[in-house]
Amino acid sequence: MTAQEATFNRQVIEALQPIHAPPTTFWSKYIWSLDHKTIGKQYLWAGLLFLLVGGTLAMMIRWQWAFPGQPVPILGPTVLRSSGGVIGPGLYMQIFTMHGLIMIFFAITPVLIGAFGNFCIPLMIGARDMAFPWLNALSFWVFALSQCLVIGAFFGDLGAAGAGWTTYPPLSTNIGTPGTGQTLMVAAVFVTGVASIMGGINYVTTVIRLRAPGMTYMRMPLTVWGQFLTAILNVLFIPVLGAGALLLLMDRLFGTQFFIAGAAAVKGGGDPILFQHLFWIFGHPEVYILILPAWGIAADLLAFFARKPAHWYKGTVLAMSAVTILSAVVYGHHMFQTGMNPMLGQGFTTLTLIISIPAEVLFLNWLRTIYKGSIRLTVPMLFALGMVFVFGLGGLTGLYLGAATPDIYLHDTMFVVGHFHFTMAAASFMASIAGLYFWYPKMFGRMMNTTLGKIHFWFSAVGITAVFTGQLLVGYAGQNRRLWNPYAYDIFKPLHGLNQWTSYFAFVLFFAQAIFIWNFLSSMYIGKKAEANPWQVGTLEWSITSPAPVHNYDAIPIVQRGPHELSNPELVRRLGRDWVGQAEVVAEEPGAARMAQGAR
Amino acid sequence: MSTPAPAHAHGPAVAWPPDRMLGNVRPAKLAMWIFLLSDWLTFAGLLLGYGILRAESTVWHHPGEPSLNIPFTAMLTLVLAVSSVTIIRAYDAASAGNRGGTSRWLLITAGLGLLFLVGQYQEWIGIWHPGLMKEGLVFGQTAYANTFYVITGFHGAHVTAGVIYLLITLYRNSRTAVSGNEVELAGLFWHFVDFVWNIVFVCVYLIP
Repeated sequence: MTAQEATFNRQVIEALQPIHAPPTTFWSKYIWSLDHKTIGKQYLWAGLLFLLVGGTLAMMIRWQWAFPGQPVPILGPTVLRSSGGVIGPGLYMQIFTMHGLIMIFFAITPVLIGAFGNFCIPLMIGARDMAFPWLNALSFWVFALSQCLVIGAFFGDLGAAGAGWTTYPPLSTNIGTPGTGQTLMVAAVFVTGVASIMGGINYVTTVIRLRAPGMTYMRMPLTVWGQFLTAILNVLFIPVLGAGALLLLMDRLFGTQFFIAGAAAVKGGGDPILFQHLFWIFGHPEVYILILPAWGIAADLLAFFARKPAHWYKGTVLAMSAVTILSAVVYGHHMFQTGMNPMLGQGFTTLTLIISIPAEVLFLNWLRTIYKGSIRLTVPMLFALGMVFVFGLGGLTGLYLGAATPDIYLHDTMFVVGHFHFTMAAASFMASIAGLYFWYPKMFGRMMNTTLGKIHFWFSAVGITAVFTGQLLVGYAGQNRRLWNPYAYDIFKPLHGLNQWTSYFAFVLFFAQAIFIWNFLSSMYIGKKAEANPWQVGTLEWSITSPAPVHNYDAIPIVQRGPHELSNPELVRRLGRDWVGQAEVVAEEPGAARMAQGAR
Repeated sequence: MSTPAPAHAHGPAVAWPPDRMLGNVRPAKLAMWIFLLSDWLTFAGLLLGYGILRAESTVWHHPGEPSLNIPFTAMLTLVLAVSSVTIIRAYDAASAGNRGGTSRWLLITAGLGLLFLVGQYQEWIGIWHPGLMKEGLVFGQTAYANTFYVITGFHGAHVTAGVIYLLITLYRNSRTAVSGNEVELAGLFWHFVDFVWNIVFVCVYLIP
């Protein structure tokens, strides 16, 4: 693109994105705000709140495995009074079900996709807002409605949902889990799906249409790539879950029998496995929905704080795209135990293991990015490194589960639980927290405390690794998941000590988050005022003031180069610093034609 | 190279700078296509369920259950097909700045949509002749009935939404002339409703 074309495109884009007067009323500023940054923060608050709820539920599970049958401290005398403070089998089912559903749909999704997607995409591609601000606000409030349904589910007449996060029938039908709690949760998942689709349509359109002049696809920050690919998966596969949830609601509310078969089906013949198909057609892309944004954030942060360009940027983009495509054709590896044709099982095994190739490309690119970098161990960098570590562990254990042969032994054990906690929970948690520390100055205009951040990191990293390794170990020893009291079985009695220690680590991990909560909240008032570019990196959002103004950019930037132009020797010599903004114009030096090439 | 006109004016819209893959597509049109793809996958999920249940069943059509009236539904299919042509006429009229023509063709399209819905009401519940519900195809009774009502019902909801969309466009056209672009968006959705109906018609009705 010539400079003339870029200027013309800027004129066009500025005309298409006029600056609106900033909102003035409380309503338009905080409630029905059309500003993508405010909507991102709304998602952030909503998600963090539910992260706390989901975490509390996790602690109750850990308590039950450490001290089965003993009254729960703190929560026992308050919320569990009706059962004498003890977690009974039915309540236990509800706790792990709600833990899983809340964490996946109402905590990680809003923080990682809702908050960072909304906040980062327009800022990082040089736009003034999303393509459809009104749809964006609607998406958040539909999501808030789904959270209300979740809260309602806790007060269901027969307790909350109790059929596991996968909601398999017949357990999830009226035969297994009657009561409004389960119905409300299925409805909540359907409604949150609608919100995600609205968000996804908005993200994809925004990335395709609102990139600033010169911001080619191959110059987008990897964070944006992660969000873009995630949005594509959301738009394509959540509808399939929606269809499944719709049919399940019909079964629960209107007496149809889509998913009820055999003796339970007095009338028509349904098929429980059908739900598993619909669920996993969505469910496997879902795990990449939750990890792609995390990969993107971590890949950017590793480059920023190793002060090097991301190694083989194009390879990372292609690998992430390959994973996106492959994620759609591997869902069968969740269903090896359903009596699947072995031929089909082999096919799914092969496809699943093929995913490890692009995953390896990503992983090696991250390692090569930090290799020989001048690493700055800031808090976001620590968490990004933590994400690489826990994702590595999770990915390696995935090889066992992706192949049908070992999976038959490991299926439904705690090994599976440990695996998906390392990948989906730990890795996305690490990347979310990394992103929070990193973009906090741009969100709230102040810096978070570094010392507290580092303490938080070490508690989190050690805690997470210990807890989920504990799960892997007991799982490899054979302990089934979802057991109310594993020690009722003689073979699992020797695992009690290991489970107890895992629980101790979990309690420490949980209570250490108080450091983060304090740091997050107090820094808004007492944190050091942030300068425009505290991390000294070149992506577009750091070229404007912290916090970002309502319309983001006074003039739409004309992008000159990729996102990680760090430590370019030529630019270091010319500018006297190791970073250069994506839209920064560096004056041509006579006879320096080579530089333009290097900065491409 | 002139300064582009502001976007909010209702005059000639500013063309978006070309995207290497998608050309000058407007965000609204792009978003509509993405939505339609997404919506199609909901239908695909339901049709997959139908296919699996039907393939597994030993008895699909239980004795005592009425057969579907194919000639009647073929007429409904024709109604939707004709409405796909009339919406194009509305788009042509709007693009040519013919406000009266736009209103006329939008009204005809919405009317055809309503006619389809009346036909579906006749098929399900019955106006001049008892419908399937009264003839023994009871929702909740068999997989045949369940899938039939859910899939055609979901499609019917789309037709209803489409008619409302067309009527809103019609109303807006009565206030100030709507552009061809706006009618095109409604048209995309309307074509989708028609397209999905053809698939539903083949899968649910025609497969013996």
